[in-house]
Amino acid sequence: MATHLTRIRFIIGALTLAFIVACAAPVKAQQRNPDNSVNPTASAVNESQLLNELDRISGRCTIPDQKACTLEQPAGRDWRHFHQVTLRWIGAISILGMLVLLVVFYLTRGMVRLEAGRSGRVLVRFSAFERLVHWMTASCFIILALSGLNITFGRPLLLPLIGPEAFTAWSQWAKYAHNYLSFPFTLGVFLIFMMWIAWNIPNRVDVEWLKEGGGIVGDRHPPAGRFNAGQKMIYWIVVLGGGAVAASGYLLMFPFYGTNIAGMQLAQIVHGVVAVLFVAAMLGHIYIGTIGMEGAFEGMWDGKVDVNWAKEHHSLWAQEELAKGHVSAPPPAGRMQAAE
Amino acid sequence: MARMKFLCDADRCIECNACVTACKNENEVPWGINRRRVVTINDGKPGERSVSMACMHCTDAPCQAVCPVNCFYTTADGVVLHSKDLCIGCGYCFYACPFGAPQYPKVGNFGSRGKMDKCTYCAGGPEADGSLAEYEKYGANRLAEGKLPLCAEMCSTKSLLAGDGEIIAQIYKERVVKRGYGSGAWGWMTAYRETIAS
Repeated sequence: MATHLTRIRFIIGALTLAFIVACAAPVKAQQRNPDNSVNPTASAVNESQLLNELDRISGRCTIPDQKACTLEQPAGRDWRHFHQVTLRWIGAISILGMLVLLVVFYLTRGMVRLEAGRSGRVLVRFSAFERLVHWMTASCFIILALSGLNITFGRPLLLPLIGPEAFTAWSQWAKYAHNYLSFPFTLGVFLIFMMWIAWNIPNRVDVEWLKEGGGIVGDRHPPAGRFNAGQKMIYWIVVLGGGAVAASGYLLMFPFYGTNIAGMQLAQIVHGVVAVLFVAAMLGHIYIGTIGMEGAFEGMWDGKVDVNWAKEHHSLWAQEELAKGHVSAPPPAGRMQAAE
Repeated sequence: MARMKFLCDADRCIECNACVTACKNENEVPWGINRRRVVTINDGKPGERSVSMACMHCTDAPCQAVCPVNCFYTTADGVVLHSKDLCIGCGYCFYACPFGAPQYPKVGNFGSRGKMDKCTYCAGGPEADGSLAEYEKYGANRLAEGKLPLCAEMCSTKSLLAGDGEIIAQIYKERVVKRGYGSGAWGWMTAYRETIAS
C-alpha cells in the first residue's frame, strides 16, 4: 500500500513538474516552417523593414572609425537629385534670369544719370576702413562664387572645353581658394554686419521708398537716409546669406564635427541654394554700383560722392552731412569713373 | 561580359572580420581607411545579423553622377573605379554614397580631404594593369589576373560572394531553397534596384 502511495505521489509530482515546464519554458515558441523544421530567421532583422523604420541602417562594428558602423543610407539618392537637377535649375534660373533682367533694364532705362549734373563739391561717403572691408569681402566673394559655381556647373560646361587634366588642376586650386578665402570672407561679413547695422534698420522712410519703386523705375527720387531700402536689402542679404553660407560651408569643410551624412547633405543643400541666390543678388548690386548709376561707384572706390548725387539718391543723409558742414573740396581730376 | 557584384549572405556571416583584414593587406590600404567593414545589427539580441559591406559597385552609381570633376568610370565588368589623379577630394561622392564607401586620407591643414579611396573590387585603377603606379594608388588588380576580390575569395563561411551577379544570385537562391530561409541580399535593392526573392 505504501509503495502504491509513493508511486501515485511520484506520478502527480512528475505531472506537476511537466505542467510547470510546459507553461514556463516556451514563452515564445520557436517559429517553425511548414515542414516543422526550425526557422532561424523568424526573428531576424530585415533590411527593408529597417529601411522603412529609419532611412538608414546602423549597427556595431569593431574598427576604430565608428562612422563605418552605418551600413546603409539610401538618402544619398535624394541628395543626388538635388545636386544634379534641382540646384542646377535654381542656379541657372536665378543667375541667368538676373543677367537677362539687368541687360533688359540697361537697354530700356540705361544709366541713371545725375539730373543736376556735378556740383564739384563732394561728401565723404565711406571711410578707408569701410572700403577696405567692402573690397576684401567683395574680392573674396567673386573668387568664392566662381570656384563654387565651378563645382556645380564646371563638369557640364568647362570640362568638355579644357579636358579632364586641366579641369582637375583648376578645380583643385579652386577648392583650395574656396576653403581658405572663406575665412577672410566670413570676417568681412561679420565686420559689415557690425559697422553698418546702425544705418540698416528698416524704418518708415523705407516703406515710402519701396512704394515709389526706389525711383529706379520712374524718374522720381524718393527720400532716403545713408542707405536706402534697396541697399538695406543688400545689407541683409549679405549678413544673413553670408552667415548661412559660412555656417553651412564650415560644416562641410569639417566633416562629422556636429553632423552626420544626413546633416552634411542638408548643409550642402542650404549652401548651394543660398549661394546661387546670393550670386544673383550680387549681380544686381554690382550692376547698380557700376554701370547702372552715374556717380555711385566713386563712393566705394575713393570714398567721396558728389553733393548732387547725395542730394538725389540719399537726400536725408545729404541734409545731415551738409548741416554738419562735412562738404570737402573736389577730388583731383582723373579719378576713376566707372563705365565712362 | 560579366556584371560583377558583391553579395553578403547575412545568415552565414559570423563577423570574423577576415574580409576586412584581407582587404587591408592585399591592397595596402592607408592607415585609418577601411574599404570593407562588418556591421552587426541588433548585436547580442535574438535575430542579430552581421553584414560585410564595401563599395557595392552600383548600377548608375551615385558617386559617379555627382562627381564635379568626373573622375569615376564604370568598367565593362560593371566595376566602379576612379582616378586619383583627377579626384580633388571635395567629398561629394561621400555625401551621395548609400554605403559609406568613399573615404579620404586626412592630409594638409584642417585635416582637409585628400584623394578619395574606396574599394576597387580588387581591380586597380586607370593605370596599366599590374603596374607599380597602379598598385601604389589603388592596391591589387586581381581581376586582371583572373582572380576575384580577396575578401570574398577567402571568406571562411562563404558568406561573402563576389562574381557575376547572375551566378552569385543563383548560388544564393539555391542556398535559400535548400535551407528554407534567407534574410535577403543586403544592399541589392539600393545598389542594383533588384532583389533576390527568398
